[in-house]
Amino acid sequence: MEIVLISLLNGLVYGMLLFMLASGLTLIFSMMGVLNFAHASIYMIGAYLAFTVSQVLGFFPALIIAPILCGLLGAAIEIYGLRRVHHNGHIAELLFTFGLVFIIQRGVQMTWGMLPMAYRVPAILDFPLFTVYGANFPAYRGFMLLISAGMLLATWLLLKKTRIGLIIQAALTHPQMASSLGHNVPMVFTIVFAGGCLLAGLAGVIGGNYQTTEPGMAEAMGPIVFVVVVFGGLGSLAGCFIASIVMGVIQTFAVVIDYSFIDFLKPLGISVTADNLLTEILTVPVARIGALLPFAMMILILLFRPRGLLGTRDT
Amino acid sequence: MMLEVRNLHAYYGQSHILHGVDLEVGEGEIVSLLGRNGVGRSTTCKAIMGLVPPQGVVKYRGKDVAGLRSDLVARCGIGYVPEDRQIFPTLTVRQNLELGLKKAGKFGRWNFQDVFRLFPNLDARQDTAAGVLSGGEQQMLTMCRTLMGDPDLILIDEPTEGLAPKLVEQVGLLLEEIARRGVSILLVEQKLTIALKICARLYVMGHGRIVFEGTPADLNANADVRREWLEV
Ligand SMILES: Nc1ncnc2c1ncn2[C@@H]1O[C@H](COP(=O)(O)OP(=O)(O)OP(=O)(O)O)[C@@H](O)[C@H]1O
Ligand SMILES: [Mg+2]
Repeated sequence: MEIVLISLLNGLVYGMLLFMLASGLTLIFSMMGVLNFAHASIYMIGAYLAFTVSQVLGFFPALIIAPILCGLLGAAIEIYGLRRVHHNGHIAELLFTFGLVFIIQRGVQMTWGMLPMAYRVPAILDFPLFTVYGANFPAYRGFMLLISAGMLLATWLLLKKTRIGLIIQAALTHPQMASSLGHNVPMVFTIVFAGGCLLAGLAGVIGGNYQTTEPGMAEAMGPIVFVVVVFGGLGSLAGCFIASIVMGVIQTFAVVIDYSFIDFLKPLGISVTADNLLTEILTVPVARIGALLPFAMMILILLFRPRGLLGTRDT
Repeated sequence: MMLEVRNLHAYYGQSHILHGVDLEVGEGEIVSLLGRNGVGRSTTCKAIMGLVPPQGVVKYRGKDVAGLRSDLVARCGIGYVPEDRQIFPTLTVRQNLELGLKKAGKFGRWNFQDVFRLFPNLDARQDTAAGVLSGGEQQMLTMCRTLMGDPDLILIDEPTEGLAPKLVEQVGLLLEEIARRGVSILLVEQKLTIALKICARLYVMGHGRIVFEGTPADLNANADVRREWLEV
């Protein structure tokens, strides 16, 4: 029972982290039509910058400085990169962001080296928040929840309650019309791209010491974020939110479940004993195929519901 | 001259759509742009707004605006009402109107009360998502949205397309109200009756150029032009 409760909480923490990444990605996609492959690379940069800044100034200044630097980097990428290749169509944009992934990967390796960084949870947040049936829930995870929920609320308020948010929403559906009404749409694009990168950077700051800050972290996170975006439906923030939480919980549970599929079949009175490939697959513990689960889900959803949960357009 | 278009060419990719369009709109004037489907009337509007890259001269009050980014063209004082309306469907009626303002709270000839007095339907549905409005209501909303930005010249592309006769009449009344407030109009129309009734001057387009220019009386007197370029 305590496993269920703690795993649910952990799943929520991870899901919110995923949402911070996926929301930016889906906003950028629905507005500019660009599937930004480099989004998870910004997440990685956020983690590394947070590590470096926190060594000099401490964790809490890093929590603010690193995301802002990532936002500025995003703005520069949009203005000097994407905007220029935009004239050559979506394939060019896709290749451009794909190239960025490798450049950032190399850049990080050259600057910080190949080994994991000693980026740790700040001492002040390093204690168990509460204990259920002997299982601890670390305070830092509670802090992560707080930060991501706060950021979510701030983004929502910005989109729904401010004039710039109104213009962003207008440009999401009819960018040309927004432009003919006198709104500077290229600037809106830059703001959205930079905002998405800021969120990704923030996710890196709080995720870098929750997971590990190492050169493979973008590669590990990237595909999962894509799965979330496709699963939730391209262009839908609500779908994206649901998909993030579902994915977070599923992945957390998959890791702790110590059963194989065959254990689920037993109570149904089915027993498989024959020595063939099917049995082989069925006896693999769920924990070991947990990493594959998101992709299996993506394939299923693409087969049966190509627009994703709440998507408004085909993927 | 308020709007001066000279030798305007425009392309969609490889296909050459406008072959040197010449037209003018004077201060306070209502001018119609007529022609059959596909002759390039909408493309002319889009090229003036910078939504399609224009080649040639587009001058607004003496200032060269050809190829300027659309929002800058709009900020010079030209408003545009597209034929496909482009309502922001998830936003409310009021939010759509707010987006017409170039700056929050900056009203010119038009404000919310004007719009809601002219169209009580929109008043009653201020907080409704614009996407669920009827076609006629959406057309009124589109025009009012552009008017909120207080343009001195407005390009209106087929405002009566697909509307019932009663609504066509309403559009006609709004056009008259726009003119009364001193806004110049370039009206693209298919329905000759409404266009001929309100405009002082008109152009007929054919195959990407202007093929006739004159007053409604000139057009009425010229059966050849009507047969060759307008009647279907
Ligand atoms: N996006 C586009 N890509 C390629 N060709 C286009 C595009 N839009 C319009 N055209 C072509 O350009 C020509 C002129 O189109 P335009 O929309 O200006 O016509 P129009 O006079 O407004 O007629 P209508 O609105 O009745 O269709 C047409 O032959 C049309 O097929
Ligand atoms: Mg047209």
